[in-house]
Amino acid sequence: MFETLTLSALPAEDEALRAPIRTLLQGFLGEWPLAQRARSWLGFDRDFSRALGNAGYIGLTLPIRYGGGGRGPFARFVVVEELLRVGAPVAAHWIADRQSAPLILNYGTEAQRSRYLSQICRGEIFFCIGMSEPGAGSDLASVKTRAVPTAQGWTLNGSKIWTTHAQHADYMIALVRTSGSSADRHTGLSQLIVDLKAPGVKIRPITDLTGDQHFCEVFFDDVHLEQDALIGAEGAGWEQVTAELAFERSGPERIYSSVSLLDAWVAHLRSAGRLDGVAAGLVGSFLAQMATLRELSIAVTARLALGESPVLEASLVKDLGTTFEQSIPTLIADDLGSRPDEPIAAELYLTLMYLSQIAPSFSLRGGTREILRGIIARGLGLR
Amino acid sequence: MTDTELLEPFERMLIDVASVSRLREILKGGPVDGVWEPLQESGYLDALLDPAHGGAGLSFAQLGALLQAAGRHLLPVPFGETVIARALLAQAGIPPPRGPMVLITPAAGSGNDRYQQAVPLARVAQYALVEVNGRISLRMLSQAAVRHTDVHGSLAADVDWRCAPEMVAGGRSVQSGMLRAIAAVIRAAEIAGAADQLLRMTVAYAGDRAQFGKPIAKLQAVQQQLAVMAEQVVMARMAAQLGCSSGFPPSLSAVAVAKHICGAAVPRITSIAHAIHGAIGISEEHDLQLYVRTLYECRIAAGSEIYWATVLGADYLKGSCDSTVDFVRGMRQMHLNG
Repeated sequence: MFETLTLSALPAEDEALRAPIRTLLQGFLGEWPLAQRARSWLGFDRDFSRALGNAGYIGLTLPIRYGGGGRGPFARFVVVEELLRVGAPVAAHWIADRQSAPLILNYGTEAQRSRYLSQICRGEIFFCIGMSEPGAGSDLASVKTRAVPTAQGWTLNGSKIWTTHAQHADYMIALVRTSGSSADRHTGLSQLIVDLKAPGVKIRPITDLTGDQHFCEVFFDDVHLEQDALIGAEGAGWEQVTAELAFERSGPERIYSSVSLLDAWVAHLRSAGRLDGVAAGLVGSFLAQMATLRELSIAVTARLALGESPVLEASLVKDLGTTFEQSIPTLIADDLGSRPDEPIAAELYLTLMYLSQIAPSFSLRGGTREILRGIIARGLGLR
Repeated sequence: MTDTELLEPFERMLIDVASVSRLREILKGGPVDGVWEPLQESGYLDALLDPAHGGAGLSFAQLGALLQAAGRHLLPVPFGETVIARALLAQAGIPPPRGPMVLITPAAGSGNDRYQQAVPLARVAQYALVEVNGRISLRMLSQAAVRHTDVHGSLAADVDWRCAPEMVAGGRSVQSGMLRAIAAVIRAAEIAGAADQLLRMTVAYAGDRAQFGKPIAKLQAVQQQLAVMAEQVVMARMAAQLGCSSGFPPSLSAVAVAKHICGAAVPRITSIAHAIHGAIGISEEHDLQLYVRTLYECRIAAGSEIYWATVLGADYLKGSCDSTVDFVRGMRQMHLNG
């Protein structure tokens, strides 16, 4: 079952992207501190994203006429893997590169494409995603934020929550109700591009349990939007969001969130002279899981490259991948704590604690474990 | 040849010759000729051999697909082992004998190097290819050399290979431990195949079995468990493909990935299959036991998931690579290693 997930190879011309991006990363990041690396795709750095954009690494999958790289999903996989490998601070352009730009390309008008895509590719404008609301988390169809059509465009009222980096972003692509009521569920929802500098938008960052501020609450109070804020068809928001989530769930970021800690712990084991036995077994288990999950992620990428929307496959790989990412801090803490007399570096401890605290979010962001398993169950014909 | 063109005739043959009723007869001590002879005649046993030498010239990756099919059908003869043994013997210029062969890989100097315990399918094998420190010999499995484990319904046996007369001395040398690695990846592929079939069976059962006035497949608790089972089946299949993708002989790290992941998947998969089936799954009459017994046997044969994880982890820790991502990337570009 699920035979579409089969061993695939990264094309040589895309593999060739590794060397130049490594050079760029080495130059820009140098000795980037471990605890910062562990933040990975929560790390927001405008200048870094601008530099990546200038070097042509944002929007690789977009057509050249919109400023993109004119390449396929495999090229993006290679670049993303290289960025995550070193925990580069990619949050600024992350959302736009992964899902907003493909969404605009697939469903937007020519005017919308011209207006946004080349700026995204240059790392000049940043996007966030407005899906969750205080009363609509996993039950996304019950969103209450509403856009009412007016003579000049739309009037938006409501609020979004857990919106990552809304405080820094230029635009939000929001899933809102444009007709009907919550009882209509999947019908009557639309996606709108909201300029976050528009009057009536208020953004309040929420401090997370590690002390960081990445996600936000965003309030809309009679926000006026132009006619062309609507992306895609009115009422087609649910189908569009479903396709968008396939992008959101499919990438290697669902495997590598704890990789900085893993590499630092291996360095610790080597310096402590623990090269065999139980610790080696744990290292080997992590490597084996990573190797297999990486192939699964490439297999999902291969479906994207075929022009499919691998909603089911991406759900399956994300659930497996986030389970792996979450196990890393737990099991490394088991190992380090089992040797109370073996000193560990301060930054290793700091990073271990950071990841232990943030790891539960790995299986919340982008769709909870329970929702993903429901999608898999549907794929098995059970629902 | 596409994978489908390769697999379909093989699966058709397996459906024909390796039915569950025949499997049950063989598990009770019945003859395997009805399975073995058609397999011998089919030419699949020389899958890895060059067409110039009368073989099919398949890659190890293509053989992996056949091994998964063998696992799906619980093939009660050592197909993969015989294919490997015939290829190694042919490479050494030794004409392979007719009849099923198993692979024996005793750890020299361990104090237990006469016996290999619980060799899968050894009760129905006629020959053993034995590797000690890289030296390979072919031996005939006499009655004296093979001892039933007494596990109910098992075809595994303890093999005292020193009691097996040597037929061809020191035919060939391979990298030390290579035969165990090959045995491990065969088991991994069989796990992936058997697990896939067990998932189909369990999903079908959940759809048929009604409780509380509806099929249990409609219960969310059951759906979530089956989703987890499906994930583990997909994980095992990908690991098995990876294990078979590095050429022949396979790379040790690719084998380690395959056997670790497939072995670790076994208890997760079997426990869910049992949970869904309920009491009927504990009965001998129901086919569930045929799958789980094979999965348990394959899990611990030729090194369990912890054995292979330790091999892989120690190899990495003793090396100089400082990026786990780079290491796993390298697995796809690397062939035989140490």
